[in-house]
Amino acid sequence: MIDIEKQNVYKGIPAAPGIKIASAFLFKKEIETVTDEKIVNVDEAVENFNDALAKSKKELAKVFSLAVDKLGVKRAALFEAQIMILDDPVLINNIIVRIKTEKKNPEFIVNDEISKYQDIMTLSHEQYMRERSQDIEDIKNRIIRNIRKKKWKSRLSTGEVILVSSSLTPADTVLFSRMDVTGYITNFGGLTSHAAIVARSLNVPAIVGLHEATEIIQNSDIVIIDGFNGIVIVNPDEEQLLHYQKKLKKLEAVDLELAKLKDLPAITLDGRKIDILANLDLNEEFESIIQNGGEGIGLMRTEQIFQEYDSFPSEDEQTEVYSNYSQKLYPLPLTIRAFDIGGDKVLPVDVQEPNPMLGWRGIRFLLDNEELFRTQIRAVLKSSVHKNIKFMIPMVSSMREIELTKELISKCMDELKSEKIPFDEHLELGIMIEVPSAALMIRDFAEYVDFFSIGTNDLIQYMLAVDRGNDIVTNQYQEFHPAIIRTLNFIISEAKKTNTKVSLCGEMAADYKAIPLLVGLGLDSISVSASVIPHAKEIIRALNYSEISGFVKTCLTCKTEKEIHDILDKYYSDNFSESSNEFYSN
Amino acid sequence: MLEKKVTIINNAGLHTRPAATIVKIAAQFDSEFYILKDELNINGKSIIGVMTLAAAKGSELALSFDGPDEEKMAEAILEYFNKGFDEL
Repeated sequence: MIDIEKQNVYKGIPAAPGIKIASAFLFKKEIETVTDEKIVNVDEAVENFNDALAKSKKELAKVFSLAVDKLGVKRAALFEAQIMILDDPVLINNIIVRIKTEKKNPEFIVNDEISKYQDIMTLSHEQYMRERSQDIEDIKNRIIRNIRKKKWKSRLSTGEVILVSSSLTPADTVLFSRMDVTGYITNFGGLTSHAAIVARSLNVPAIVGLHEATEIIQNSDIVIIDGFNGIVIVNPDEEQLLHYQKKLKKLEAVDLELAKLKDLPAITLDGRKIDILANLDLNEEFESIIQNGGEGIGLMRTEQIFQEYDSFPSEDEQTEVYSNYSQKLYPLPLTIRAFDIGGDKVLPVDVQEPNPMLGWRGIRFLLDNEELFRTQIRAVLKSSVHKNIKFMIPMVSSMREIELTKELISKCMDELKSEKIPFDEHLELGIMIEVPSAALMIRDFAEYVDFFSIGTNDLIQYMLAVDRGNDIVTNQYQEFHPAIIRTLNFIISEAKKTNTKVSLCGEMAADYKAIPLLVGLGLDSISVSASVIPHAKEIIRALNYSEISGFVKTCLTCKTEKEIHDILDKYYSDNFSESSNEFYSN
Repeated sequence: MLEKKVTIINNAGLHTRPAATIVKIAAQFDSEFYILKDELNINGKSIIGVMTLAAAKGSELALSFDGPDEEKMAEAILEYFNKGFDEL
């Protein structure tokens, strides 16, 4: 047991599992300060500026090729634009003319000239323009640093580090992905933030939403990060260090055990088989899904794949991506979720809504942008020739949405037929159950769809009226609220009555404590992050279905979340071996 | 000098990728090329300038071309705008 009351112990949101002990590296955007200085040798200053441009170009070319490697050509476009700025005839000419006429140090002129453009961007009401201004800040600092002939110091010291930062942008992530980062701690963000998703895909522990992380933690502090429990210990004392070193050793042993589970099915002691599928967010994750023994992809978030794409990908571009995954995965299933745009998942569509979570998102957005939706449907169909693709619709709340979607799909099918393009005529269509109204109408919807997938993140937020991204009400976001458990039970049993398959793909499925409960409620499959697959298999293989379906009945009568927690805790301490129990509890 | 009005018609608007492409097309010609929006007159051969334009779907821009090959340049640039930056 770790004493949470100790002063150096902090609690955040556990975003990716694992335990690491390493020194901290504080990542802050370096800001170069410049002062206005008179110079004598103008030619030297201009030469210096030109050298700095050349050097910056070289550096960015490296980042660009790395980005192409890790993210693909399209998503790397951002860096290409940065390189073009270094060749911008208007900008470069203005700077050189000003150095010559004003006889001032080049870094001052560079800062002044580029800041003018940033000011225009910052004045814009559009969020993306403000972000663009940040991108420009990067390039400005790069030029200034190179004028000062500062070496491009490797941002990270050698050896393993735990990265501490306020938040992480996609560009930062590209750079860190090749470095020895063994853990992430951020001030902001929830389970669905970029840092959390990247950490899970890279299989390193992460804790997000630790509000003052960058204040509490200093560079080179020794930090223990416990991604199972969301615990961060800064400069641990002897006792804490010993406790976690012991845990780590056992964890390594367990990891070896877990690796052996790879090819074993997730089957309970009394023979009930649960399909363990994976959620796919990033390209890089794909390999680890297979390595960790995933039995297919239960949720491919297409909006994530195209997030830094800057625009909506064309039919051909999408077809290429989907076909590629379908082939690599064959014969395992690939469940593609239609673009889930809106809410907290934003693509460059400039709409300001007072309440985006209750606004234009998911299927609502898609049906209003029929061309875009059609493009995706056609791409999915064209990729379905191997017959292992399923298609899933987010945020459904009424029958009309299903009818319109089906009409559109059959129209697309007719088109493809007349174009003589092959596709899977029996492509399975499913809907996400994440709005309470959909949960109540399971039996009616079942007539029209082939499967359901419960999205717990949104379902919980809509049922409890708690914004999961709002720190102030985080405590009210209760996964084990009795109403949630009862609703899950209703969804699953109603689906069974109509013989419709039902899976669950929210963060809840990655919660070790929830797994026995979910299996006990009768779920046939769950979809989790790749790194969670072995843990989930281990837990399921130790369960006794007949026994847990009994205690789940008790959970359904509970009146508070605490009662449910107590039952689950007791179950764990009674049933799990010392070794695994130790990681899952703190 | 040629002056043309265009409307942004793709969903995502004038984002980084089309901004870069416009500048690349403009660089192939000798004429001058300016984009006017909300009293901001931007040199269309400057990527950092074009990136300051927040032009969402439906925005109107006034383009001007001036120089020996202004007609060919206008044709190439307008074509790119009219096909919605290849995103329709």
